[in-house]
Amino acid sequence: MNKTILNFLATLLLAVLLSMFLPWWSVMLAALITAYVFPLENSAVFWTPFLSVGLYWSIYSFLLSSTNDYILAQKIASLFPLNGNPYLLILATGTLGGIAAGAGGVLGRQLEVVLKTKNAN
Amino acid sequence: MKNTKLLFALLLSCGIFYILNNPIGKLPPLGIFLNPSTGIWQNEKNESISGEITIPGLKDLVTVHYDAQLIPHVFAQNEHDLYKAQGYLTAKHRLWQLEFQTYAAAGRLSEILGEKALDYDRSERRRGMGFGAEQSVAFMKKNDPKTLQLVQDYADGVNAYIDQLKAADYPVEYKLLDYKPEAWSPEKTALLLMYMTKMLAGRDKDLAYTNMLGLIGQENFNLLFPEYFDITDPVIPKDTDWSFIDVPQTKQPENLVVLDTTRASLPQPHPDNGSNNWAISGSKSASGRPILANDPHLGLNLPSIWFVMQLSTPQHNAFGATIPGALGVISGFNQHIAWGETNATRDVSDWYKITFNSDGTKYLYDGNWRPVTQRIEKIKIKGRTAFQDTVRYTHHGPVVFDKNFKSDKERAGYALRWIGHEGGNHQKTFIELNKAKNYEEYVAALQYWTAPSQNFVFASTAGDIALWIQGKFPNKWEGQGKFLMDGSRSENDWQSFIPQTFNAHTKNPSRGFVSSANQHPVDEQYPFYVFNDGYETYRNRVINDFFQSKDTFSIADFKNLHNNNFNLKAAELLPFMLKQMNTELLTEVEQKLYNEISTWQFNNDIDEVGPSIWDAWFDALKDLVWDEFDQKEITLTQPFDYQTIHLLKTQVEHKFMDIVATKDKKETARDLFLLSFKKAVKAIKEKEKEGYDWGKFKGTFVGHLLQALPAFSRFDIPIGGGRSIVNATSTNHGPSWRMIVEMTEPPTALGIYPGGQSGNPGSRYYDNFIDDWAAGKYHRLNFLQSDTQSEVILGTQTLIPTKNE
Repeated sequence: MNKTILNFLATLLLAVLLSMFLPWWSVMLAALITAYVFPLENSAVFWTPFLSVGLYWSIYSFLLSSTNDYILAQKIASLFPLNGNPYLLILATGTLGGIAAGAGGVLGRQLEVVLKTKNAN
Repeated sequence: MKNTKLLFALLLSCGIFYILNNPIGKLPPLGIFLNPSTGIWQNEKNESISGEITIPGLKDLVTVHYDAQLIPHVFAQNEHDLYKAQGYLTAKHRLWQLEFQTYAAAGRLSEILGEKALDYDRSERRRGMGFGAEQSVAFMKKNDPKTLQLVQDYADGVNAYIDQLKAADYPVEYKLLDYKPEAWSPEKTALLLMYMTKMLAGRDKDLAYTNMLGLIGQENFNLLFPEYFDITDPVIPKDTDWSFIDVPQTKQPENLVVLDTTRASLPQPHPDNGSNNWAISGSKSASGRPILANDPHLGLNLPSIWFVMQLSTPQHNAFGATIPGALGVISGFNQHIAWGETNATRDVSDWYKITFNSDGTKYLYDGNWRPVTQRIEKIKIKGRTAFQDTVRYTHHGPVVFDKNFKSDKERAGYALRWIGHEGGNHQKTFIELNKAKNYEEYVAALQYWTAPSQNFVFASTAGDIALWIQGKFPNKWEGQGKFLMDGSRSENDWQSFIPQTFNAHTKNPSRGFVSSANQHPVDEQYPFYVFNDGYETYRNRVINDFFQSKDTFSIADFKNLHNNNFNLKAAELLPFMLKQMNTELLTEVEQKLYNEISTWQFNNDIDEVGPSIWDAWFDALKDLVWDEFDQKEITLTQPFDYQTIHLLKTQVEHKFMDIVATKDKKETARDLFLLSFKKAVKAIKEKEKEGYDWGKFKGTFVGHLLQALPAFSRFDIPIGGGRSIVNATSTNHGPSWRMIVEMTEPPTALGIYPGGQSGNPGSRYYDNFIDDWAAGKYHRLNFLQSDTQSEVILGTQTLIPTKNE
């Protein structure tokens, strides 16, 4: 399997699992572990976990909200203010989750680089 | 290089973690807040109304049926389980509000909102809110452990709910403000009752009156603030025989008023806090059955102050509006009786000027120095170190204002004697009322009620109607407590209380109806001193005239009266004003508005422009008449509208009509009418673009408890009415619960309130009653006679005891 896809799926799976019993930063941890185990190169280090968790958070929040006619999402979206648009709030949720995961991915990759070098020595 | 990159990655991660895990500016911690697994997305749902829930400490099964209005119908096997279930269900639907109200009561808002709430919190602590709540719990412990046990059961129910909550389940407000619910306790129920006492018996103008007296002198003061009005139509009918009262009014000591001027004042409750209630006897009812109605006028908030429930055991079956935090139904009915309350405001808070010794540890009393007791108030503040305030207590009560708070007098202080500090067993009144079967049991239940004093209306299936004005009232000497008193003389203390059985009441009066609308409780024949504590003078006359207008009345008449928009105040002044106006001095625009208001028939309906012009006009007029009291240095107050109108019509050239600022000219009422009209037109013109019909001009809204957070509030609600109108809906205040009960067997009832059963802004039950409420509609209350299934039940939840207990 393509390494990027592998990383993508592993991040997703781990993020979903960890979020069942850990707070929001479980997505950072998931991306960090995945990046260490399945290292990627260049900008994919950031963007793969970004997309993975971004999709997870967007789709999950979409599923929760759409089954309730976006009642709360509309209100939160006018609080923030996102013009009362629930889709913007879903997008914002996904983006924040993505950024957190992306950062976790970058950290995991750099840890992998440093620790592996040490082991090689 | 590798290490530099690692360091960079580490900093990036830490930075992002910090930003998403902490509140930034006004934003909540975004990572926590938006995480779909635990954040607000988990609140995007309606409430569950089926299944089984285990609750520790239950003795038996409790069945909870929900109907289409999300009203829980609770069938418990005993009272302990019943109130445990009430606590559990209230927490389930209203947890954040339940807790927030007691934070507000206790002066703990700084913990949640930060430093901006500190001044409010200090005021509440210095007012003795926590002290009063402690007195109530102590009173129950000593006198009525049985009731206290039920209050504990309620607390256990609330805590059973809190204990099973995961962070993901916290109401959205906790997530927004980033805090957690804490355990409930009987003290919190006592605090909630203090909150109600403050809201309904916290009005007091003694210090402002004292300042007024110094400014204008006794004669003018009496003119502006009469004890009775010529049109007083009291709650207890005028012809009532008081000869059974054999305790005299306290004799007035020879005493001088303490003349003083103060800048200090406590935050005052909304001036419109009040209500309507009435009941007609079978002889006046179209169906031959008594009918009772109640509509408490309070701030219009989301979540609503009311939560409707049916609460039953095999021994009793009560239904109606509850208040989150208090046990039992507050305004409602059972199989035998119906009851409701309006505020019976009486002057139950008085101020004493205290003289301290040099180090402030003792105060002068009858020539001796008495020690003060100190109460340390530690106020936790979000994001800051705690603030510590020391409040000195005298035998009168807490010294609210002194050199540490809103006063600069080195050796003087102002102590508050308030009925709220008296302690009492308020909760028992409702627990007993919920079970009462007849007039005698209703009266027996009322005796425990000390504050806030209420007009308790009553009707029974047996055919009785009644109204008791219940509270614990000091037996005051003529004029006692109107002004600041000298706290160093014992003769100024409250000498005794009016014996409870001598509280004013009426049962089955010959006129065939009882009613109250916050007007004078009694006329001058009542043998005890009753101070004019801002009694309402309009709604009561419209209501009483209505019930004298024909022989029999139906439910439809009751609905019409609740929704009656007739503006008696305007009707009593406006024709006079219009006649006095010299229309030649009006511009074209002013003439147009003059013509518009001239054709108005005094109904505050939403599509009329008359009420908007009247409102702006009368407001401007009052400010012109009472311009001499618009001072920043001392706290003053305006006379009541009724007296203002009376003077405008009968003393057109009185010196108060003159505008102080225009030194070379002496204005009369006639001049003021013209000047204020021009001001009103200006105010109206500013709103002309959006339209100035009454609905838009008034702009009624129901605001979320967090400073009307717009996203969680409802605005521009199309409903008429206004201040001093039977439909008392003003901008953010009005009929918070409308109930009509016909005393059939079992009773048939209608009820509605401007909110919804759910406290969750993500639920469709959050505000789903508002549109029907605004339209003057009612919902039939499904009074279930047994816990068997029926077609009105949408879902059933069973609360089950933990096994092996």
